[in-house]
Amino acid sequence: MLGRRVQKQENRTIEAQARPERLLEVADLHTSFKTPRGLVHAVNAVSFTLDRGKTLGIVGESGSGKSVLSRSIMGLLPRQNVVREGSVQFEGNEIAQFSPSAMRAYWGTEMAMVFQDPMTSLNPVVKIGRQITESLKYHLDMHRDQSDATALALMKSVGIPEAERRLNEYPHQMSGGMRQRIVIAVALACGPKLLFADEPTTALDVTVQAQILNLLQQQQRERDMGMVLVTHDLGVVAGRADDIAVMYAGQIVETAPTRTLFAQMRMPYTEGLLKSIPKLEQPSHSRLEIIGGRPPDLINAPSGCKFSPRCPYAQDRCHVEEPPLIEADTPGHYFRCWYPVGTDAGREALERNLAANVPQAQAAVAGDAALAGKIETALDQRIEV
Amino acid sequence: MRAVLVRVVQLFVVLLVVTIFTSFLIDAVPGDVTYTLAPVATPAQREALRHDLHLDRSPVERYGEWVSGLAHGDLGCYYGTSGYSTASSCPDKVADRVKDALPISLELMFYAQLLSLLIAIPFGVLTAYRAGTMFDKTVNTTAFALLAIPNFVLGLVLAYYVGTKLGWVDPTGYVDFGKDPVGHFQQLALPVISLAAGQVAIYMRLLRTDMIATLQEDFVTMARAKGLSPARILWRHALRPSSLTLLTVAGLNVGALIGGAVVIENIFVIHGMGFLIADAIARRQYVALQSYVAILALGYVLVNFLVDILYAILDPRIRHARAIA
Amino acid sequence: MPEPSLSATTNATAVDNGDVVAGTQSLVLDLPPVQGTAKVEKSKTKKLGIVGWIAIFWLVAVCAAAILAPVLPIPSPTKNFLSATSEGPSLAHPMGTDSTGQDMFSRVIWGARASLLVSVSSVAFGLLFGGILGLIAGYYRGKLDTIFTNIFNVFLAIPQLVLALALVAVFASDPAVSVGKREFWLIISIGLVSIPIIGRITRASTLSWAQREFVLAGRSMGAKNKRIMSRDVLPNVLPAMFSIALLGIAVVIVLEGGLSILGVGVPPSTPSWGNLIATGRNELTRIVGACPQVILAPSIAIFLTVLSLNYLGDVVRARFDVRESNI
Repeated sequence: MLGRRVQKQENRTIEAQARPERLLEVADLHTSFKTPRGLVHAVNAVSFTLDRGKTLGIVGESGSGKSVLSRSIMGLLPRQNVVREGSVQFEGNEIAQFSPSAMRAYWGTEMAMVFQDPMTSLNPVVKIGRQITESLKYHLDMHRDQSDATALALMKSVGIPEAERRLNEYPHQMSGGMRQRIVIAVALACGPKLLFADEPTTALDVTVQAQILNLLQQQQRERDMGMVLVTHDLGVVAGRADDIAVMYAGQIVETAPTRTLFAQMRMPYTEGLLKSIPKLEQPSHSRLEIIGGRPPDLINAPSGCKFSPRCPYAQDRCHVEEPPLIEADTPGHYFRCWYPVGTDAGREALERNLAANVPQAQAAVAGDAALAGKIETALDQRIEV
Repeated sequence: MRAVLVRVVQLFVVLLVVTIFTSFLIDAVPGDVTYTLAPVATPAQREALRHDLHLDRSPVERYGEWVSGLAHGDLGCYYGTSGYSTASSCPDKVADRVKDALPISLELMFYAQLLSLLIAIPFGVLTAYRAGTMFDKTVNTTAFALLAIPNFVLGLVLAYYVGTKLGWVDPTGYVDFGKDPVGHFQQLALPVISLAAGQVAIYMRLLRTDMIATLQEDFVTMARAKGLSPARILWRHALRPSSLTLLTVAGLNVGALIGGAVVIENIFVIHGMGFLIADAIARRQYVALQSYVAILALGYVLVNFLVDILYAILDPRIRHARAIA
Repeated sequence: MPEPSLSATTNATAVDNGDVVAGTQSLVLDLPPVQGTAKVEKSKTKKLGIVGWIAIFWLVAVCAAAILAPVLPIPSPTKNFLSATSEGPSLAHPMGTDSTGQDMFSRVIWGARASLLVSVSSVAFGLLFGGILGLIAGYYRGKLDTIFTNIFNVFLAIPQLVLALALVAVFASDPAVSVGKREFWLIISIGLVSIPIIGRITRASTLSWAQREFVLAGRSMGAKNKRIMSRDVLPNVLPAMFSIALLGIAVVIVLEGGLSILGVGVPPSTPSWGNLIATGRNELTRIVGACPQVILAPSIAIFLTVLSLNYLGDVVRARFDVRESNI
């Protein structure tokens, strides 16, 4: 059976009890870019909440609008050619329509961001030390000695050896992993309550990815920050996020507490993402499972469910009628699908597609065998800090 | 260190070839030089002239003499105006003239470079910050128009209207700073503006382009996310990485500046190197001309050598790359 | 400083395949490429626009006037209207007259003849030799390239105007030399000065084209170098050279003016825009009652022509994405 199919307004806020430690509440956020080809709807009716000290993982392929989402929430997008609507409440204050100058009171001190590529996000001609102390002096009016000492402490806490020497070095003198630690130190300098980490490990070597993620998690716990961890890798957030939101074509297509999501995923897209995590136990030349096709054009999105052209479960209805965000059996679990994974409707749909030799369905089944093992592997990546 | 060494070697090779080239200029004069210099003269006078011009020696010898002369601060003589030599006593030393003229030219070019950068940098930064706005478009269109105004046209128009018509300043002449600081700047204002105008446009457009590219960089977004003010981001974060091309072009542009100064000095009758050159050409003083051309080329090459070094100071990445190399 | 966002946005923003750069700052808008579309032609071709057409119109008009000067219904540039000396613009003399009663309008039109002759021929000279040297250096590379590049660099170490001055002073030194000959040497001297500049740009452009697959393919199939150069490389390098030619003509028009002020431009007996300004300057400083149009008329002609050439040069450069130096 389908879960309780609650028809909701497309752009309604996800219900959640107002809790006192609510840090961030995003409601019906839209963000589009004006381009010569037309409006690009990068973020479409996104709503979620984040509590203090919690981590939200936002997962999606490149092109799903996840990076735009975090910048849009922070108000970092340029104003020209950008259309932004909806509500963003930070600690109960509506900040969506704030001007950049008003936002400066929040940037750095209340909310901060760790960027994707540490090779480009540090100023190449400014010493490491100054890049950290700058906001300390600027926001907290620290004196030189004080800010230097704070910077040193920060650098040590993000695990940089020989911090004293590093203060006077330039970014190009450090490795990618070290630079990302510096970027984290810069973001943490003024003690923000909310940290956006925008694919913080994508540009790094595999060997240092886990270190950086652990560092982020550790800092987040120590400082009791809220964190939004954006990634394309479901495996990255599996052991680290309290909640996960899966994005596709600018929309949240499934969101749930982490365990629920892995245990009872409903959205075929989420399933596809999970299958695409490579597994160590697999024989070394086994085919890497991927979702066929590409994310849709965000200017002329397909009608019906945005994922339907690539979906193994897709039926006629999916191509015509867009599924609303509906709540599953478990509280806090929402998804957008007419034929959800793990339900009779879903199974029947898949069988119909298999019988009709729909290629997406056949490809999906081929990878099914490994799926169960993958969930465990993914969850096992939780690292105790 | 090796990179610097290579650069120094290159510098010397260029200097060598340039000076050899200038010392051979006189050989390129078609026909017998003495006929050009002194159409009417006795064979004996011609012989004397040839001797004074060192034309009785081989070009290699002549070059050697010129170089050793340069090392001793002796650049030869102006030969007599009557067409043949009076140079045995050398009343009119080229080196003396250079000593007077060179500082004036340097002043003129320095002021022009300084003024153009002082105007171009803020405009370049602000137009990049405000790219696409009316302000940006207006400034850009103005700059584009400035590029099409030759410096001598601007110089002549300023000299005529501000100097002759309005009578605010004397359109010709030069006043030494030590004698009269106010008069010094008054006299140099028009020539400096004439020289600087075109350069402002070049530098501004260049900086704007680079700055727009820099403002798209991740580290600028990161600086914004730190909550820094736009002014701070523009001047402290974006300007320095954007100014490297500007520096190179400002160095290369010294060539155009030298050319401009030559013309402008003649328009405003300022007795600098450019005035000397025009004078030497008019009087066919090849010995002097050789030295003047060589000096200007030397200056230009040296400036660009310095720019290379300054570049390394401004960009730590290059500095360290060199240290490693 | 006024507040708003740090928008590094330029008016137009290129979008290709949906990888948007919505005029944004470092915005990693990881949008997907549109399905199925192959690399679409870049839509950044800068259109000529009204300004471009005005520029072309002006240049055509100047060229036509220069060529047709002898048959145009204008007075001789050297005829002295003694009853109308130093007069402002009037119906009879649309740009006024100089202190000897010569018609400025006619002189400016005749001046275009000499200015264009000198600038176009010297740039053509520079394009021919600089182009060939640059093409060879960029195509064969190796030792030949090193030698040529170093020669270019040495000559670039002498300021252009100073080098031109020295060459003209030497070649056209004889005061008895004829006007035609002086013009000839002027063209050669300026042409020589432009060789290293054009050579370097051609070399850079050639270098980038000579590495392309179709050239390498041609080589591997055993096509002769000469054939590859003329069939594959040259046609692609030409837009760059055309852009340089436009800008170069503008530079030379100005250079001739500078040389005229220094007394070594086109001889004053043949009017050129440069020597008109130079003689105009002498009039203004020496003759009481001289009118400023003697320098303004040719100055405006130079300004508009250089402006048009610069604009069109930029358009060509933007259209073919010519870079000054690829290395």
